[in-house]
Amino acid sequence: MSAVQTGIDDGPGMPSRAVKGVVLLICCAVVIIPFIGVIATSIASQEHVTNSGGFVLWPDGLNLDAYKAIFNGGVVQRALLISVVIATFGTLISLAGSTMLAYSLSRPGSFGQRPILMIVLFSLLFSPGLIPNYLVVKEFGLLDSLLALILPTAISGFNVIVLRSFFMGIPDSVLDSARIDGAGDFRIFWSIVLPLSKAVLAVVGLFYAVGYWNAFFNAMLYINDTAKWPLQLVLRTYVINNTELSSGDLGGASADQLPPQESIQMAILVVSLVPILIVYPFLQRHFAKGMLTGAVKG
Amino acid sequence: MAQTERIPSRQTTAGKPTGSGPPGTVTDSRSSERSAGKPPSWWARARRDKILLLMALPGLALLLVFHYLPLLGNLIAFQEYLPFVPLGRSAWVGWDNFAVIFNGDAEFLNALKNTLLITLVQVIFVFPAPIALALLLNSLLSERIKRVVQSVLYLPHFLSWVIVIAIFQQILGGSGLINNFLREHGMGTIDFLGNPDGFIALLTSQVIWKDTGWGTILFLAALTQIDPGLYEAARVDGASRWRQLWHVTVPGIRGLIILLLILRLGDSLTVGFEQIILQQNLVGRPASEVLDTYVYNNGVLAGQWGVSAAVGLVKGLVAVVLVLGANKIAHIFGEAGVYKR
Repeated sequence: MSAVQTGIDDGPGMPSRAVKGVVLLICCAVVIIPFIGVIATSIASQEHVTNSGGFVLWPDGLNLDAYKAIFNGGVVQRALLISVVIATFGTLISLAGSTMLAYSLSRPGSFGQRPILMIVLFSLLFSPGLIPNYLVVKEFGLLDSLLALILPTAISGFNVIVLRSFFMGIPDSVLDSARIDGAGDFRIFWSIVLPLSKAVLAVVGLFYAVGYWNAFFNAMLYINDTAKWPLQLVLRTYVINNTELSSGDLGGASADQLPPQESIQMAILVVSLVPILIVYPFLQRHFAKGMLTGAVKG
Repeated sequence: MAQTERIPSRQTTAGKPTGSGPPGTVTDSRSSERSAGKPPSWWARARRDKILLLMALPGLALLLVFHYLPLLGNLIAFQEYLPFVPLGRSAWVGWDNFAVIFNGDAEFLNALKNTLLITLVQVIFVFPAPIALALLLNSLLSERIKRVVQSVLYLPHFLSWVIVIAIFQQILGGSGLINNFLREHGMGTIDFLGNPDGFIALLTSQVIWKDTGWGTILFLAALTQIDPGLYEAARVDGASRWRQLWHVTVPGIRGLIILLLILRLGDSLTVGFEQIILQQNLVGRPASEVLDTYVYNNGVLAGQWGVSAAVGLVKGLVAVVLVLGANKIAHIFGEAGVYKR
């Protein structure tokens, strides 16, 4: 038995440990197996998928026909491009707005700080409601505009608070020395505060990016023009609602060459998963810190 | 000249905000020389901080326009709103739109019933799941295994509901993994996704799959804050592992549990809107309609804007009251609550 123990575990016998191991193994399997199946179905051969009833857990080889089909210039490729554009510009707008707002709220005793902070905090307490939101977007003429997918959700009060707590932790002496050297507020923000905050900027930026990437309902509400659909809407239409992808939807590939619908569907799913999986290791390493900063100091 | 009169003392002397001192207490050596010891005027402080105010502006404007301005849109709850009539010209109808709530329209009552039922089931089954998982993870001796398990279990939180439901369809759908297996072995298939009676169970299992891992973060953090000496002392006194759990661990995370329960109860009327709207056509509206989908289906889709806005408005007000009320109750029981009194 170790001298210092952080938990209850008081040297349990083998049975107790085995039970814990099995429970955790099952939890992990329940999460992982569906992903493996999705990837496997997207790259398995046509016969293998058809014979297995449309979903396989392990591929019989590497068959990229489904990916060739969706990257042939059809709806999926266009939706992917739109989602990338929204996530990129949305994150930039969100970060710019949130960091500047958070910085102005982080300087002790600045003018108007209390009311502005109240506005940010109260925004966490309620959501304005679906119909009023829709009316505002409509009155600003943003229906069917990609801006409708960015501006309404651009500032998250929670993220502003996380950033503010971080900025307040930067020692005053660092900022004062810059001020004595004649730097103005924006200069200090840009050349000192932001470079010191790279980690928290990355975390908050990724949170915004994942939010934009995953946003589905606002697109359903505000975007009627199918040519402006982001990936999540395409995913709903062709995967969840099982609408058949015609050869026209896939950039005019001839119908008899098309891989099975199931493979194409899973390929779309993989395409929408990949960006999340790419940033995930980073998210996973840093997010807990960001979460806790917000929770503790907010 | 304005530049040289810039006041560096905002940072040097004011220090951290005390949260209670009036704004006038900001000492300001330079301007106090000029104005004979008086705190700087309102206008002088606004001018001094004009860059900061300008920096706050874009974010603040977005928040005001898309979070606070819609509050005014709630006025249509008192109007006979038609989409093609300009916003100010609709006829005022008083409380007529609220009739569905006060007279207990059957469709509305059904949505309310489903919402509360789902909340109840989720508080019972979803809420404790991360606590149990956190306790399990916390008792693991190997840090490495713990980290691997965490990496796997946090992942689903970052997926959209569209993806989660698409994945569930592959497993539970008519031609999904489980039904394929049943068919191959000559058994009857089970309709998991289109069964109105099983809908709440389906929703609950999806939420558990997606968010249990993520939900452990705060509990794991709270568990590491517990003084190991307490376990030591309990062991010396001969407490079994279950008694250690009950007398050391549970009190150690009680504050957090109550805090999160408050937040959950404040959200009682909000249950998985995207999740439900994506699956509604499979089970039909009677079994799956909740308040948020009621507002969407009757307002945006069916054009009853006024009635939907009225339901949304009442829902929003009740939600705020719930959060504040739950917080008050927490204070009565001596917990910190969401915010200080």
